[in-house]
Amino acid sequence: MKHALKRKLIQIVAFGYSNPYLMNFKGGKLYQGKWKQFCNPGLNCYSCPAASLACPIGALQSVNGSKNFTVSFYVTGLLLAFGVLFGRAVCGWLCPFGLVQELIHRIPTPKFKLKKVFLYVKYVVLVVFAFVLPIAVTDYMGMGKPAFCQYICPAGTLEGGVPLLLANGALRQTVGSLFTLKMAILIVTVIGCVLVYRFFCKTLCPLGAIYGLLNKISIYGLKVDGHKCIGCGKCRQICRMEVDPVKSPDSAECIRCGECAKACPEGAICVGFAATGQKSERQPS
Amino acid sequence: MDSRAKRVARIAGLFTACGFVLYGALRGEVSVVLNKAVNLCFECIGLG
Ligand code: SF4
Ligand code: SF4
Repeated sequence: MKHALKRKLIQIVAFGYSNPYLMNFKGGKLYQGKWKQFCNPGLNCYSCPAASLACPIGALQSVNGSKNFTVSFYVTGLLLAFGVLFGRAVCGWLCPFGLVQELIHRIPTPKFKLKKVFLYVKYVVLVVFAFVLPIAVTDYMGMGKPAFCQYICPAGTLEGGVPLLLANGALRQTVGSLFTLKMAILIVTVIGCVLVYRFFCKTLCPLGAIYGLLNKISIYGLKVDGHKCIGCGKCRQICRMEVDPVKSPDSAECIRCGECAKACPEGAICVGFAATGQKSERQPS
Repeated sequence: MDSRAKRVARIAGLFTACGFVLYGALRGEVSVVLNKAVNLCFECIGLG
């Protein structure tokens, strides 16, 4: 099977197991079963009527901001496990919102690259919105708000906000300026994703930031055989995450999609669980 | 990072992850996650 098709199928299956309760869209209800105590490895809003699992970033903030706990060991542990096993292969293969962005990017328009400085914004978002604000800004009961969900997350607006407001007239009465802000962020994100491949992943996603840092040690990895590489640069040219896999096989931006391995005329790149534990050295020219 | 250091980091990471999950579950974090996830989150949908 062609590599791109295989990846797309796995992304669709991941989207399906993350959002199987499609009937809930009709009544504007949420799935309320036990699966929701587990976190999805990818970003998927738990206020989406179809969602089967908890969103890891939402769960992280809600425990961080809860009355009884300051930091969530449970969610941090799950994220660490996903990250050590897969790194950003979660983004490339399993994240529902990653798939949504790839589909949006298919809209035919001129495409652009981002300046490198924007790639660092997601680390600021992670620290400030997932940790500092939920822990530090609390109400009279000592509870913090999930600041990333509240002020930024376009996945929540798209998967939860829009369908629930469409289905529920009473909720529509409560729409205010916060919803306007979130709709504006969603529209900017959608336009960004049309023009730039995975705009949200590159610039804003706190989950991508965590997995990106763990790409350095993840078991699912990328290896370049320095003896086979002829330095033609085809891998760098094809990479839509703007990574040079020869120079930085463990780059925090690499979503392990495997496109570079497919493009390499010498078969010098290996992506997967087999591409692990070996040093990647460039062929001396 | 050389391959030995990576191996050590992976093993340490996985053990830490298991320890964190267990500790978090034992002190009752799972019910906080479940409770948040099964109820409508007004912040997520832009109303809270
Ligand atoms: S960066 Fe975030 S939204 Fe993008 S694929 Fe990774 S987890 Fe999903
Ligand atoms: S370096 Fe290769 S595997 Fe990584 S994102 Fe780019 S094309 Fe995909």
